[in-house]
Amino acid sequence: MKIQEADAKSLLVAQGLPVPPWEVAHTAVEARVAAERFLSEGAQQVVIKAQVLVGGRGKAGGVKLAGFAEQAELVAQSILDLEIKGIPVRKVLVGPAADIVQEVYLSAVLDRASRKILLMGSAEGGVEIEQVAAERPDAIVTIHADPLLGLQPYQAREMAFRLGLGAHLKDAVAIATGLVRTMRAYDADLVEINPLAIVNDIGVDGLVTQRLQCLDAKITLDDSALYRHPELEALRDPDEEDPADKEAREAGLTFIKLDGTIGCMVNGAGLAMTTMDLVKRAGGEPANFLDIGGGARADKVAEAMRLILADPKVNAILVNIFGGITRGDEVAKGLIEARAQQSRDVPMVVRIVGTNAAEAAILLEEAQFVTAATLDDAAAQAVAASKAGAA
Amino acid sequence: MSILIDKKSRVVVHGLTGREGSFHGAAMLEYGTKVVAGMTPGKGGQTALDGKIPVFDTVEDAVRETGADTSCIFVPAAGAPDAVMEAAAAGVKTIFCITEGIPALDMIPVVALVQSAGARLIGPNCPGATSPGRAKVGIIPGSIHREGRVGVVSRSGTLTYEAVQAMSDAGIGQSTCVGIGGDPVIGTTFFDILQLFAADSETDAIVLIGEIGGAAEETAAAWAAEHLRDVPKVAFIAGRTAPEGKRMGHAGAIISGGAGTAASKVAALEIAGFRVAASPTELPQLLRDAGYRG
Repeated sequence: MKIQEADAKSLLVAQGLPVPPWEVAHTAVEARVAAERFLSEGAQQVVIKAQVLVGGRGKAGGVKLAGFAEQAELVAQSILDLEIKGIPVRKVLVGPAADIVQEVYLSAVLDRASRKILLMGSAEGGVEIEQVAAERPDAIVTIHADPLLGLQPYQAREMAFRLGLGAHLKDAVAIATGLVRTMRAYDADLVEINPLAIVNDIGVDGLVTQRLQCLDAKITLDDSALYRHPELEALRDPDEEDPADKEAREAGLTFIKLDGTIGCMVNGAGLAMTTMDLVKRAGGEPANFLDIGGGARADKVAEAMRLILADPKVNAILVNIFGGITRGDEVAKGLIEARAQQSRDVPMVVRIVGTNAAEAAILLEEAQFVTAATLDDAAAQAVAASKAGAA
Repeated sequence: MSILIDKKSRVVVHGLTGREGSFHGAAMLEYGTKVVAGMTPGKGGQTALDGKIPVFDTVEDAVRETGADTSCIFVPAAGAPDAVMEAAAAGVKTIFCITEGIPALDMIPVVALVQSAGARLIGPNCPGATSPGRAKVGIIPGSIHREGRVGVVSRSGTLTYEAVQAMSDAGIGQSTCVGIGGDPVIGTTFFDILQLFAADSETDAIVLIGEIGGAAEETAAAWAAEHLRDVPKVAFIAGRTAPEGKRMGHAGAIISGGAGTAASKVAALEIAGFRVAASPTELPQLLRDAGYRG
């Protein structure tokens, strides 16, 4: 689960990491009020940042500075009018603009290849790490945390020195270990600070000091671990979740809406992807990725069918079940139940093999379903039905 | 010979008294697997599967009383990492964790502990393995197999069944089929399984079934190019039409530097000498094309 920058910053603050203050504004007027506060507290400028769950906000014009309150209102309005990668901006983060001396990149990620937590840094902050990885892979510093003992202080010091943060060693070590701690505390796959910056700080006495601050924050949470962090459920942004995705999630299904006409219901992610690939290969376009998961019961199948039919573009359905932990007769019962209740009549091709396939076949035959023996056949039949429906 | 499991494997099923455990435990027994024990804390002394199998409170008891050397775990996600560690601590050498939905970070120390105990973990979120005609551990339907000499390894569950069924229908049998699991952190990788197949005198050809995300297929392909040069090798990669960025995490994409897409995996496999199928049903013919005569 992705969470917004402002929420990610709250989690970092809760773990004791240095983050400059901010406010979230849903309207330009709220942004102006926030800007007035930060300017009155001594900020030279404020930064206004679109809160959307996609990258590339800066390039899309979603991050801007303002020097006075009225300007902040105008800038905030211009950002709130944007759509970034198809997502309308509904809120902005307002905070004092930092006087940046030096920027670096620092993240803690789950590294599936090594099966460890990886601390990753680059002296080139503010640039997308994918770009650095592609252009200058040598510029990326990687340090693996011990799988049993976690990140050790010497490792954090090494990272700090290699990023050129030696003058701020203690703070840099606290931040590096803090990222790994944040990751573990909330079961995150990724905790990314880009940029982590050395900023000039003007004290009340007018003296300038330099210190490290996390100017941006990106955290993705492990969906499988949300059950033990019920408080993090509140950070799910309903504005950016497709209603169909939400329904699917609540029903325990994995659903991704696509643009095609053939609704797919499959058990298992690999087979679901393969089913989509074969629909495409047979000349059709899949309308969705839908994995009903292992051991799905009849009610789940009925819910899956409802989700597929909610997409008005769907004019044919392909059900492909290879039973292992899922029992074919349970799926067949679900299909029969779903068809009795379904809102519109769409041709359906069903293929059920594996565990309890014989029982399923009897049920499907009694209920007069169109069935297919192989996946290639099922895909071809579904594509033909879809094309006939469109003609 | 087969790999991981054979006729001698003695299996303890964690969660044998539960819904999934009893259903699949019975299927394993019916297939001929030596299911020797069940393990459910608090149900020690009882029996399961119509009185045929003794149930123990701890894995240690099960190992001591029955000589179990293989674990099959059907424990819910919250308790599964603990179940894996209990099996490793009790001296079980081959541990299959079928459970899906385990938080990824939980598996990091577990994988390290299993390694230090000298055991092997397959999964989590995996369908298990079958050595046709010998034994099956996990949830793969026994009916899809045929005895033979092709080693099958896959990250997926049901997609594996699809591929294996196609092979069996075409008269091509398997030495062992292994589902290594679809989670980010798994105990045994493609690379590990290819090494086992390479050393197995009864495996003459390899089928590798991968999917988008990570770089495990690329790593395995590079090893195979060198060490399985003369072995017929075919592969299938799922997700050619999958939309970008939906499931693939930021982290995987960065570390592999451009790897992770179906196209990159297909290219890496082809360079390594694999024939890559466009549909699982093409796998038997490609095996023949690659020179497999079994």
